[in-house]
Amino acid sequence: MSMIRASTLSLALALLIGGATSVLAAASEADFKAAYAAAEAANKEAGALRNQWTVTAAALANAKKAADKGDFDQAIASSKEAEALAKASIYQATSEKTLWKELEIR
Amino acid sequence: MRTATYFASAALALAALTFGVVPSAVAADTPNPPADAKAFRDFFTQKFPKLKLEDFVNGPYSMNEGMHRQWEEKEQFPPYEFSVDMGKEMFSKPFKNGKSYADCFPNQGIGIRQNYPYFDDKEGKVVTLELALNRCREANGEAPFSYVKDEMAALTAYMAFTSRGKPFDIKIPNDPRALEAYQNGKRYFYTRRGQLNFSCATCHVQSPGERVRAEILAPALGILNAMPIYRSEWSGMGTISRRFTTCNSQIRGVPLNPQDDEYRDLEYYLSYVSNGLPISGPGARP
Repeated sequence: MSMIRASTLSLALALLIGGATSVLAAASEADFKAAYAAAEAANKEAGALRNQWTVTAAALANAKKAADKGDFDQAIASSKEAEALAKASIYQATSEKTLWKELEIR
Repeated sequence: MRTATYFASAALALAALTFGVVPSAVAADTPNPPADAKAFRDFFTQKFPKLKLEDFVNGPYSMNEGMHRQWEEKEQFPPYEFSVDMGKEMFSKPFKNGKSYADCFPNQGIGIRQNYPYFDDKEGKVVTLELALNRCREANGEAPFSYVKDEMAALTAYMAFTSRGKPFDIKIPNDPRALEAYQNGKRYFYTRRGQLNFSCATCHVQSPGERVRAEILAPALGILNAMPIYRSEWSGMGTISRRFTTCNSQIRGVPLNPQDDEYRDLEYYLSYVSNGLPISGPGARP
């Protein structure tokens, strides 16, 4: 019974490592460029709503810095962070179009 | 019978919507600046019942006795005095074409701070004092000043100083564009922004008198009456533009450009709801 558990665990671990390695291997300049473009587009949309966040700009700058050093894993991670932040700022701007009234002194 | 009851209920609901709920909802959404200003003042005077109305212009220094004592002591040797002197000198020095700031303003620019910002019906937009000063410079062939630096702070400090004690007298003319600018300013004031998800009201309506780290937050009522201000935190003077843009970046929002429409409208709204409170600028803040 414990043999089966051990082999299952080894298999899972092997798959996990294999998977992680393939993700790492896939991180390339092209992947970074796609991730960065998506983040930039979202941030541009936030800009059109007059609601960009400073942390989005910082994450985009970090992504570029990492890419310049050839660290595309970090560059992609920062791009994804920037995209998530930009999307949150878009959500905020959109929902505040009506929610602001709840704070109003009446 | 049951169907008839449903129909009757539906008809009643429809009638209620038509004659009751809808008109009042519309009424609630229609801008009403005098009612806003009254509600605004009532909110703060009820929140701080011991505070005299005119003391609200002293911001955090009005919030407790210890702070008030600090303010009195600070006023013995006001840190903004050098800025008033600099502004006076700049104001009286002619431009290269021989004209001066006095030629651009009513009453030669003396004792008029309480009338800014105003709604310019020709432009269809709000004009702030900072904007009017730079327009004056440009009209006379001079380069505009930065809205967030010492020169603009000095000019507005001097103009505020000559207007001390005069109550804010901001007018909203009978022009839908003026009402829209006011409403836009109000919306900006209450809209949450930045990663911290703060609006202006989060600090200055919900939390005046409370601390943010070492700072005591000022009430929104009368908050612009003391502008520009010397801030110990900045070790220097700050204009209204500087205050708005730094507020935005402190909550991790990218600030707009000084004197963008949003900031002009915000200043219009905030000044209007403080109508009747005296100009106390330039001020000093921790």
